[in-house]
Amino acid sequence: MSQTTEKRQQELAIDMKQGMDYDELVNCMRCGFCLPACPTYRETGGNEAASPRGRIALMKAVVDGLMEPDEDFEKQLSQCLGCRACEPACPSGMKYGYLLEDARDIIQKKKKHSMPVRMLRSLVFNELFPKQNRMRTVSSLLWFYQSTGIQKLAQATHLTKIAPGNLSMIERVLPKVPSPSRMKNRPSHVAAEGTAKKKVAFFSGCLMDTMFMETNDATLYLLSKANCDTIIPKKQSCCGALHAHSGEKDGAKDLAKNNILIFEKEKVDYIVSNAGGCGALLVDYGHLLKDDPEWADRAKAFSDKVKDISEILYEVGLPKMELDPQTVTYQDSCHLRNVMGTFSAPRKLMQSIEGVTYKEMQDADRCCGSAGVYNIIEQEMSMQILDVKMEHAKATKARTLVTANPGCLLQMKLGIERAGLQKDVRAVHIVDLLAEALKKAEGKA
Amino acid sequence: MISQEAKKKLQKIVGEENYLDSKQSLVAYSYDSTPGYQALPHAVMKPRNTQDVSEIVKVCNEYKIPIVPRGNATNLCAGTCPLEGGIVLIFTHMNKILEIDEENLTVTVQPGLITLDMINAVESKGLFYPPDPSSMKISTIGGNINECSGGLRGLKYGVTRDYVIALETVLPNGNVIRTGGKLAKDVAGYDFTRLMVGSEGTLGVITEATLKLIPVPETKKTMLALYDNLEAAGRTVSKIIANKIIPATLEFLDQPTIKVVEDFAKIGLPTEVGAVLLIEQDGPQEVVERDIANIAKICEEEKALSVQVAQTPEEGAALTTARRSALSALARMKPTTILEDATVPRSKVAEMVREIEVIAKRNNVEICTFGHAGDGNLHPTCMTDVRNKDEMHRVEVAFEEIFEKAIQLGGTITGEHGVGVMKSPYLAWKLGEEGVEAMKTLKMAFDPNNIMNPGKMFAKESRKRVVVNR
Repeated sequence: MSQTTEKRQQELAIDMKQGMDYDELVNCMRCGFCLPACPTYRETGGNEAASPRGRIALMKAVVDGLMEPDEDFEKQLSQCLGCRACEPACPSGMKYGYLLEDARDIIQKKKKHSMPVRMLRSLVFNELFPKQNRMRTVSSLLWFYQSTGIQKLAQATHLTKIAPGNLSMIERVLPKVPSPSRMKNRPSHVAAEGTAKKKVAFFSGCLMDTMFMETNDATLYLLSKANCDTIIPKKQSCCGALHAHSGEKDGAKDLAKNNILIFEKEKVDYIVSNAGGCGALLVDYGHLLKDDPEWADRAKAFSDKVKDISEILYEVGLPKMELDPQTVTYQDSCHLRNVMGTFSAPRKLMQSIEGVTYKEMQDADRCCGSAGVYNIIEQEMSMQILDVKMEHAKATKARTLVTANPGCLLQMKLGIERAGLQKDVRAVHIVDLLAEALKKAEGKA
Repeated sequence: MISQEAKKKLQKIVGEENYLDSKQSLVAYSYDSTPGYQALPHAVMKPRNTQDVSEIVKVCNEYKIPIVPRGNATNLCAGTCPLEGGIVLIFTHMNKILEIDEENLTVTVQPGLITLDMINAVESKGLFYPPDPSSMKISTIGGNINECSGGLRGLKYGVTRDYVIALETVLPNGNVIRTGGKLAKDVAGYDFTRLMVGSEGTLGVITEATLKLIPVPETKKTMLALYDNLEAAGRTVSKIIANKIIPATLEFLDQPTIKVVEDFAKIGLPTEVGAVLLIEQDGPQEVVERDIANIAKICEEEKALSVQVAQTPEEGAALTTARRSALSALARMKPTTILEDATVPRSKVAEMVREIEVIAKRNNVEICTFGHAGDGNLHPTCMTDVRNKDEMHRVEVAFEEIFEKAIQLGGTITGEHGVGVMKSPYLAWKLGEEGVEAMKTLKMAFDPNNIMNPGKMFAKESRKRVVVNR
């Protein structure tokens, strides 16, 4: 081991000692109830180090000085999907997700990235996601690429295959991006169609309001049909989930503060999110800012109002929905299920569509391997998990595979491509499915 | 230490990929579910078959390297914590069902198989394996056999030992022996099968097991009886048994336990009452209905506040599943939960429960009690913090007093968790010095180099028996 590596590990160990919540580490009583819930434990054939109990033990061992935070340690934490399926499985109520985020944050701060990686991270975390106009610009470039025929040319000439690993396939499954002018002119208020039952504020998200804008439009349409008066605050920013999960906690906090500031101006019943990944961080703002006296209470008040779109639609009720007869299955968004606790509302909504035969797939509550940017940085494990997932999806013989988060949706599309099912199976966001069903029923009426 | 020479030999047996000695692997296999114990092994090995195990054991015997066979480390007596280092053997490659014999009603399995996976597999064929430790979703059959695990159904159906009918074991010299068989009767020589069950990995490595199965009971009913206090619940337990009714499950939980379990499971348990009995009966429908009606009557006679029968099997299953989470759920309250399993004859349950309350008060410690009331196997659980040395001392004293009382009542220091390290200082309280001596002699005959799970079962020194002043 070189001296610099050794020095870095020593410093990292000190930071871990100071930065980790030791009480929480001690709270794990090592009963192992989390093991069956953990995708990486299962995929590694039962490697304890790749389980929640094991990872907590590793973190604690570093803090206790029992082991150095070596390369294996960092790899093991990186390989965790962060799906948090271990949390509902834990009778002791461990907050594994918080421990993981803390550890990743500490490791990230000590990281000596190579120049290009450093620049890329700075670009993504400081210059791109926090700034919605730039998100639009990047999406516009993608739009240009898709709509001018360059995409077709690139695909036809196999230029896209040069991209590393999954990227070429991900490129194929990206949704069709709306034109720049459409992305710029977003509504700020959508009225309830009838008498308003609820007043809500819509968290439109950064990716959702650009690349997945159609889904956002469908969300607003559904809210209106469900008689919710919807405000879409203009100055809201990215939720910060990508930052928090990638060890950029400070960036996440800044974004959280901005969102709290913007949303607390609106007197609404709920703050609506339509992406499990975003929603889960929004409900965690209270925790994220708990040590900041100026923000702690405000953050908690914000978090208490956050609800997923399907919970609201299920609560308020939708008009009649109908689709051509088809079998539908659902892949839970981990954060929607494990952090926000939303799993029955989407299922009930789908079951209420006429023509739909709902078939639960085996292990629908297990992570699909998308997990933020996991499918790019931990590709091998991600694809191993995805291929198992597609086997389960296939077994339901469903024509429509529904999810509730953009990352999961792309991963499902990727899975469909990998399994060669493009002709028989489509993947859609639940909101798009509901909107489609509502429009069809309306057309008939 | 494992010398380079020994390491090479070991790696040659299983291949480098099945010999782990990176720091993270050593840390990951340094603990089990017992609070306060952690020790790093020198390596972790994943044998692929009995032959591998035999060869590993031979090398370890030659170089005097300790071996700790480990399932999924859910035990509560520090039984799989590698206190003296050496090799932790894990059975992730040896986790198959080898055969379900529907003619002889047996199942033959490898030790690394998850208990619940096996139970589900045999139940799909209409067969039943009753031992159901709370950790069965995680625990392995090998672990269950080594610890002689009990469970919620122990009262009526017995424990692991009652279902193990044949074993393949690698002895500490590397010899492979097969004992027992698919036989209801077999008196050929000493009953080594029984000896191995509950031997905590100190006599050899179990590499295959044949388990007895019974037909799945036709029906099952679950009920809850609520009480003002634990003692009334305790009296009910004794009275049910005295009325010659043997329920499949007869569990009790005190109020703090009910609260934390409800916190986790959210199934609408009554958190305001002083104690709850969870009762289950299975069998032919008429018998089940008659028994449940009789039990309900006894509960009411003993001043139950209310008696509720689960309306559907799902509702019943939710109740028993929630009960299984009790120990881990208690960990919500304090950083450290120390669980004991002192066991008394079932007629003494009420008296023991009362005494536990007195002991907790006297020592100023917080003890919740739940457990398998029907078979006298109680789980007094202490909520504490290992970092609080003063309190930890009081906890220790309290548990010593509980052990002492249990023995006085004709009970034992451990009903189903095993001795391991946790209870080794108290083994002589139950067996007497002569009893421990006899067991040590047996151990040395099997394992003269003391390589099999050293430091377990026998303490360097016995604790002095406490004299409780009243």
